Amino acid sequence: MTMTDTLVGFDDVLASYDPALGLEVHVELNTNTKMFCGCPAVFGGEPNTQVCPTCLGLPGAMPVVNAKAIESAIRIGLALNCEIAEWCRFARKNYFYPDMPKNFQTSQYDEPIAFEGYLDVDVDGEMFRVEIERAHMEEDTGKSLHVGGATGRIHGADHSLVDYNRAGIPLIEIVTKPIQGAGEKAPAVARAYVSQLRDLILALGVSEARMDQGNLRADVNLSLAPKGSGVLGTRTETKNVNSFRSVERAVRYEMQRHAGILDAGGSILQETRHWHEDTGITTSGREKSDAEDYRYFPEPDLVPVAPSRESVEELRGTLPENPLLKRARLQGDWGYTDLEMRDVIAAGVVGLIEETVAAGASPQAARKWWLSELGRRANDAGLDITDLDVTPAQVAAVQALVDSGSLNDKLARQVFDGLLAGEGTPEEIVAARGLAIVSDEGALSAAVDAAIAANPDVADKIRDGKVAAAGALIGAVMKEMRGQADAGRVRELVLEKLS
Amino acid sequence: MSLIQRTAAELADALAAGETTSVELTQLHLDRIAAVDGVVHAFLHVDAEGALAQAAESDARRAAGALLSALDGVPIAVKDVLATEGLPTTCGSKILEGWIPPYDATVVARLRAAGLPILGKTNMDEFAMGSSTEHSAYGPTHNPWDLERIPGGSGGGSAAAVAAFEAPLAIGTDTGGSIRQPGAVTGTVGVKPTYGGVSRYGLVALANSLDQAGPVTRTVLDSALLHEVIGGHDPKDSTSIDQPLPDLVAAARLGATGDLSGVRVGVITELSGDGWQPGVMDRFQESVDLLVKAGAEVVEVSCPNFVHAMAAYYLILPAEASSNLAKFDAMRYGLRVWPEGKPDASAEEVMRASRDAGFGDEVKRRIILGTYALSSGYYDAFYGQAQKVRTLISRDFEAAFEKADVLVSPTAPTTAFKLGEKLDDPIAMYLNDLATIPANLAGVPGISVPSGLAEEDGLPAGFQILAPALADDRCYRVGAALEAALLAQWGGPLLDKAPALEGA
Repeated sequence: MTMTDTLVGFDDVLASYDPALGLEVHVELNTNTKMFCGCPAVFGGEPNTQVCPTCLGLPGAMPVVNAKAIESAIRIGLALNCEIAEWCRFARKNYFYPDMPKNFQTSQYDEPIAFEGYLDVDVDGEMFRVEIERAHMEEDTGKSLHVGGATGRIHGADHSLVDYNRAGIPLIEIVTKPIQGAGEKAPAVARAYVSQLRDLILALGVSEARMDQGNLRADVNLSLAPKGSGVLGTRTETKNVNSFRSVERAVRYEMQRHAGILDAGGSILQETRHWHEDTGITTSGREKSDAEDYRYFPEPDLVPVAPSRESVEELRGTLPENPLLKRARLQGDWGYTDLEMRDVIAAGVVGLIEETVAAGASPQAARKWWLSELGRRANDAGLDITDLDVTPAQVAAVQALVDSGSLNDKLARQVFDGLLAGEGTPEEIVAARGLAIVSDEGALSAAVDAAIAANPDVADKIRDGKVAAAGALIGAVMKEMRGQADAGRVRELVLEKLS
Repeated sequence: MSLIQRTAAELADALAAGETTSVELTQLHLDRIAAVDGVVHAFLHVDAEGALAQAAESDARRAAGALLSALDGVPIAVKDVLATEGLPTTCGSKILEGWIPPYDATVVARLRAAGLPILGKTNMDEFAMGSSTEHSAYGPTHNPWDLERIPGGSGGGSAAAVAAFEAPLAIGTDTGGSIRQPGAVTGTVGVKPTYGGVSRYGLVALANSLDQAGPVTRTVLDSALLHEVIGGHDPKDSTSIDQPLPDLVAAARLGATGDLSGVRVGVITELSGDGWQPGVMDRFQESVDLLVKAGAEVVEVSCPNFVHAMAAYYLILPAEASSNLAKFDAMRYGLRVWPEGKPDASAEEVMRASRDAGFGDEVKRRIILGTYALSSGYYDAFYGQAQKVRTLISRDFEAAFEKADVLVSPTAPTTAFKLGEKLDDPIAMYLNDLATIPANLAGVPGISVPSGLAEEDGLPAGFQILAPALADDRCYRVGAALEAALLAQWGGPLLDKAPALEGA
């Protein structure tokens, strides 16, 4: 079993050490087909149904590069302010593993498609520049399923199954240069980088970029060096970090763990570590030393990739607005406070609000529905909010009914119930469920009279000038009308009749 | 003359004239295989049923006037390194015993699309590593000229099948001479096309940057006909050249007229001298003289870097092969060996045991060499350096092709050696490919044409003609001219002089 790590308090770590970060993010592209063959590159599917001789590594089969994947790689490179190679090659990374069909991964080595870039990230309102070393193309491996063990991991498993559907799906690996000087903000910088990289990927439209589904996978490298020394210490690489929060926690944990070892006079073992979401700790994976020799050499079955400068410039023209600048613009347009903006960013609903506003709703109304009502429902259903069965156009339509006085907020929530149950358009649901506010003065007046008659002592108090007591009568009327009345108008009627 | 002794072009004519049917032809070849392959062992797998069914379809097409190609109905044998859907493909290795590919190599698909019945799969050195076919895990092939001798390699099976009249046509693959050298020692014609001229999709790679499939036949014209069937761009092979082939059949027919006026022939100085068998050199000189008689202008050309070709080849080839052969790990197909006494063996232990049992010594030797050459710290000194030599060899060719339209040399330094003679001396075995390797390193096309029998042993020698990349037609023109001159001198095909095999 894992021995308990000695952790040093976070502030004490910073008193003695400077952290250096390095992030390797794998982005699974959303191309229709795989990197080197025509198999569909989609998530899920019965095991081993999306395979062919090439992605199964059958003898004699050959790769052909997916042009769309190269385009996506170049767009990612450009969005990260990288140089785009005039000429680059694929290389074979040789190692044996059952989920790798050829026992080599077709990747790029010393000739990446994009290199020398940066991403400016906003860390709690402060800008931090993360230098990008490279972004290169490669293929994903298959997926091993270890059966019979308690943990689903290979240790203790009785046998393993391999699903090659994922083998050959295009990946872009984005590698930062060592990130130094972040100090106490190192965990926050790591989180902000991955989160804002994801925003960029989404804005580019090149990946679904869902961390929970493995479309976006972050490996966190961390090392400590004696404070002020300016050198780089021995690093560990933590894998299986599947959320922004975990990125932050994993950095923090490794900083505290490294310091524990170094303080005790020990040295850090260069190794791969696994992050455990449930317990919030890392454990040792396979040892990874620089001695591991992948015997890279240029892939002889592929020709070099040489994007013309014209095509690169054409792709540059397709880049979306920088998400950071765009946020500043939207905040101004929407009139949100910094706190409101931070909340909608954290909830990942900026895009949804943008579309809802475009469909006619006010920015505040759009924020209210997405952030509270729909955010809660997504949470309850365990869904990503973008996967909720409600569209920005529908939210705008519901808000239009509220604005016109046909619905109040309480009735609007019932319309969302109907939308999630697939009962049709907001208008159809209002009609089918009989949700519209009653604006018939005669019916309202009769209901108010009935409430006064049923509560004579309350009526007396109001006549005596205790206007606050009106709430009890309004409540009774609203109950009688099953909520489908304009509470403001009811109040006016009560006060008129008892003045 | 028996039908099976005719050339493929003659068989196509006989089919057209209604003199025979594809079913009859195919059956005659199957009968010949049954009669002589017990001693020749050119085939690893014979598909009588499939071949006859394809032949019947061809006959039906002919009756309906809907032929697929000039060679529709003429049977063929395929080297066992090309994937054939539904037919075993072993590459001469135990590790692929029993593997039946779910797909056709592009070359095989094109043979089928052209209507050639596939007789079966031919023997080869394991994963095409060798010059004698002795490294086949299924036993050696014997040279029809002398059953005690090697048929060349790695494609000894295809060459022997054609030389023994078991098939009129065959497909080989040539990484360092595996089509041309067997052609030379069996008295047959073999062509290594321009790299990228014939699709490698479905060719189980030995060394991807060197491999090329090509024709194995008894005449130059037959090779041209077959080359046109299998060649041309294939989108499934990224290294395939997206250009139409030159008119190869026309070039062969032009050459056969015997006129080479204006053609400059360069004799490569470095490919002669010590270690070259005198009888082979005599036949070579005689052929050069015949080219002069046909009107060619002969010049001497020097390719000084060819002396380094062998060393570069034996770094690049094992490097690529060591990576290619990694996929044979017992996880998805092929041989799976459980380590003894370990019922709960890990995947890694099963991989190790299976690779240990499934690969032969020559394959292991090259995997070790290649792994070493690619290792961190050695890469620049070995693989990197070899790539530089490769560039120098390409420059030698460029310079030589400024002085000559084609370059010529003996195909192999010696005639067929005895089985077992060089098995324990890998370097001596490797030296057999001295003259053929430079073409693979530079990607240029080459043909080997029989040049006669060496005086001292009465065994066939080969004459190699090399041309610039994409100018395969020059090989056919000069090859056909030489063939015509030699046939006139011999009074018939060289194979007429081969001893009769039992059952013939």
